[in-house]
Amino acid sequence: MQAGGTEMLRWFSAPATETQITHGQRLWLYVFSVVIMVLLVAPTLIVIPMSFSDSQYLEFPPETWSLRWYRHYFGSAEWMQATRTSFKVAVLTMLVATPVGVLAAYGLHASRVRLVQAAFLFLLTPMMVPVVLVAIGAFYAYARLNMLYSLTGLVLAHTVLALPLVVIVTGSALKGFDTSLEVAARSLGAPRWKAFLTITLPQIRFAVVTSALLAFLTSFDEVVVAMFLSGGDNPLLTRNMFNALRDQIDPTIAAISTLMILLTTLMMLLVQIFGQPRKPADKG
Amino acid sequence: MANIAALPITVANVTKTYGRVHALDNVSLHVKSGEFLTLLGPSGSGKSTLLMVLAGFTRPDSGSLKFGDHEVIRTPPHLRDVGMTFQSYALFPHMTVAGNVGYPLRLRKVPRTEIADRVDRALQTVQLDGFGDRRIDQLSGGQRQRVAVARAIVFEPRILLMDEPLSALDKKLRDQMQIELRRLHEKLGMTTVYVTHDQREALTMSDRIAVVNHGRIMQLATPLDLYEHPANRFVADFIGESTFLPVTRRGDRVVYGDMALRHSRPAPDAAGLLLMMRPERIALTTAPVEGANTFSAVAREVVYQGDSYLVQAVLADGTEITLRRPMSGAALAAMPAPGAPITLSVAPEDAVIIDAGEV
Amino acid sequence: MQAKGENAAGLRRDDRMERLRLFGLGSPAMLLILVVLVIPVGWLFYVSFIGADGNFSLENYRRMINSRSYSRIFVTTFQVSFLTTALCIVIGYPLAYFMAQLPPRLASLCMLAVLLPFWTSLLVRTYAWLVLLQRQGLVNEWGMALGLWDAPLKLVHNMTGTLVGMVHIMLPFLILPTYGAMKAIGPDYLKAAANLGATPRRAFWTVFFPLSTPGLFAGALMVFILCLGFFVTPAVLGGGRVILVSMQIVSNIELFVNWGAASALGVVLLVLTVAILWIASRFLRLDHIAGGGH
Repeated sequence: MQAGGTEMLRWFSAPATETQITHGQRLWLYVFSVVIMVLLVAPTLIVIPMSFSDSQYLEFPPETWSLRWYRHYFGSAEWMQATRTSFKVAVLTMLVATPVGVLAAYGLHASRVRLVQAAFLFLLTPMMVPVVLVAIGAFYAYARLNMLYSLTGLVLAHTVLALPLVVIVTGSALKGFDTSLEVAARSLGAPRWKAFLTITLPQIRFAVVTSALLAFLTSFDEVVVAMFLSGGDNPLLTRNMFNALRDQIDPTIAAISTLMILLTTLMMLLVQIFGQPRKPADKG
Repeated sequence: MANIAALPITVANVTKTYGRVHALDNVSLHVKSGEFLTLLGPSGSGKSTLLMVLAGFTRPDSGSLKFGDHEVIRTPPHLRDVGMTFQSYALFPHMTVAGNVGYPLRLRKVPRTEIADRVDRALQTVQLDGFGDRRIDQLSGGQRQRVAVARAIVFEPRILLMDEPLSALDKKLRDQMQIELRRLHEKLGMTTVYVTHDQREALTMSDRIAVVNHGRIMQLATPLDLYEHPANRFVADFIGESTFLPVTRRGDRVVYGDMALRHSRPAPDAAGLLLMMRPERIALTTAPVEGANTFSAVAREVVYQGDSYLVQAVLADGTEITLRRPMSGAALAAMPAPGAPITLSVAPEDAVIIDAGEV
Repeated sequence: MQAKGENAAGLRRDDRMERLRLFGLGSPAMLLILVVLVIPVGWLFYVSFIGADGNFSLENYRRMINSRSYSRIFVTTFQVSFLTTALCIVIGYPLAYFMAQLPPRLASLCMLAVLLPFWTSLLVRTYAWLVLLQRQGLVNEWGMALGLWDAPLKLVHNMTGTLVGMVHIMLPFLILPTYGAMKAIGPDYLKAAANLGATPRRAFWTVFFPLSTPGLFAGALMVFILCLGFFVTPAVLGGGRVILVSMQIVSNIELFVNWGAASALGVVLLVLTVAILWIASRFLRLDHIAGGGH
């Protein structure tokens, strides 16, 4: 206790920065930062215990625990249909946006045309245009083309929203990629496409997998486009959730939220496991 | 690996501009079959651009490039069949050593058993037997360099291009690898074009050296010719140490002030002339030497450098001359004091008259 | 000026072909954006100039200027965007500063805390705040239990709730580029400043802070732009009392089926966004925003 105390004191007066401000003088910063980080994380996590409450009203901590709201969710044909559609659309969006975006990022990276800068900006427009505009624009166009509430229409719209993320993430990985590797492969007899597939792609796979995950989540989490373009036979989960939220606080949403948090965490872990470049840590 | 039939390289009138900068200015060059030729120059001189043109990664504006009798200037890099090593080695980190070395063979659809065989032989050639299963990040710099070489020669290309392959190694290893690469070249016999900015490396390894500057070849000669008879001030400056005196042509003689110079080779046919001397070949004497060029000067600075000492001397007209004398017990005693008058002498063979023209 | 000489024409053709082929790799993506986004939005632009009688008219824009409710919507939108951005700066800058000085292991742990909300669904986070801030919510419950206030405070379905939710959602967008810029400042700068006689406070304000501003500006710009077009969080947490432009656009379509009015609002929103980006791009490089944080 005594030793711990003096150690504490020493830490307080130890310099924390190059300019010799001590930890003690900056205590306010540490407290502030920790509080903010707790506030960043806690609201999301607090939903989890609440979803296991038996009560009609959300309470924390729950007085009685139950799986009532999960049963309600899995038992509801409406929720199940929306969940299926959301998964379908998200997976398809991922499958379209990832290759299309990676190709674009590579093309812009490798091509030294003067237009590249402009093309890059163009690819970022879906991020800059307010999503409401994208939604009502597509809504009007789809209505004319008879594509409203269609899977294709949803996938196309979500792909457009996901493309900037894929291009940015893959593009910055390509910027950090040692281009001499691809040059070497070509000098050894690989045509450009083969050099890309066998050398470049394995090197940037973490970024590609991350882009794919981002594309999936973009689609899975997206609300505004879902509100306008989904419905009928193809309602999206987020659309139903949003509508439910506008009416009343339905604890089923807490159960769905918990499942969504679980899903994202799971996907993050998968990326970490399969996408991470092999670390040279296990030197033999 | 047996001797590989080599191919000569003929570069003719190759020009490459980036905007208004001439990276390559109408370059022509012939590399003989089996020759070890070095492109030597400062960074930005165009030497790497020229190598990239040979490899096919830089497309010139115009010109011709022949491997043997085949025009290849428009052939894409993967069809040129030249081996190449890179400054950063460019080993594929997601493959083992054997994976790297076998890569060009797999591209060429060589049967699997033969691949293993040839990979082993290539690794043997670079003295890395048994390293096939290692990962790249388990190798030292020197070992990586060897893997890069093995990968570049395993498919038996008839031309080998090397882009500053030793610049990432420390000095000791570099010296050792220089000799090893030289030996490898003698054994394999492929036409080799080697890029470096290190003049000593170039002198050590090359059959011939092309000194490159501002996208042009300043001089193409053997190491000996280059050092003994540089064609112009740039080459003299870039290779070894040199010190210059402005001289003029008077009739059929070259004079410094009123003194006619004794030089063993004829002066070049140029408007401006310089007398080029190597500092280590300028002697310090007490009296004028018979048959040599003699100058009176004042020692301004004398710097002790261990194996030698350096004297900065000023001639009567204010021109500075640097000379270097080897150190010994006797030389130490004879070292002039700053401010002391000294006499310098240069033998006619060591007085080289060069073109003073623009560099 | 075209190069002449041996093979010049062929080489030029090869070069053009290669560039085109590589550039062409981007065409599927660009085509998609063109068809799904640019053309429909362009069409909205056209619709915004069509009046109720089907002829060209500026009535949709005139309504925006004349109607008090419309001008209030724009004022609210800017108010919310400014406040959110300011709060994000005040909260996010010290946090980024804190993280930038932690040893790598701790820093990556904190990064996880910042990124977790980034990865979890927007709707989930908004929902969480709705639950926490409601009348019988946890915040009110604990606040009263601790004796901080007596009666339940009205924390949601108003400006307070909107701001809390939006700051929570926007914070990572500010922290990531700011943190990136701070990490790029070498410790030697501060040592040099101290060596030259600057007090720690002075060294911070004259050396560290100016060097970190590109990241901070990039993040703030990103937050502001995102706020301008934000819909979900204010719609849920504002409870109809905080009406932003995007919400008005939605109700114009959903409730009134007035495409002209919705389009005109959308056009103004887009023009404002682009104008702000354009002005900002004259002072800082936009690719910093895009590149920041990844």
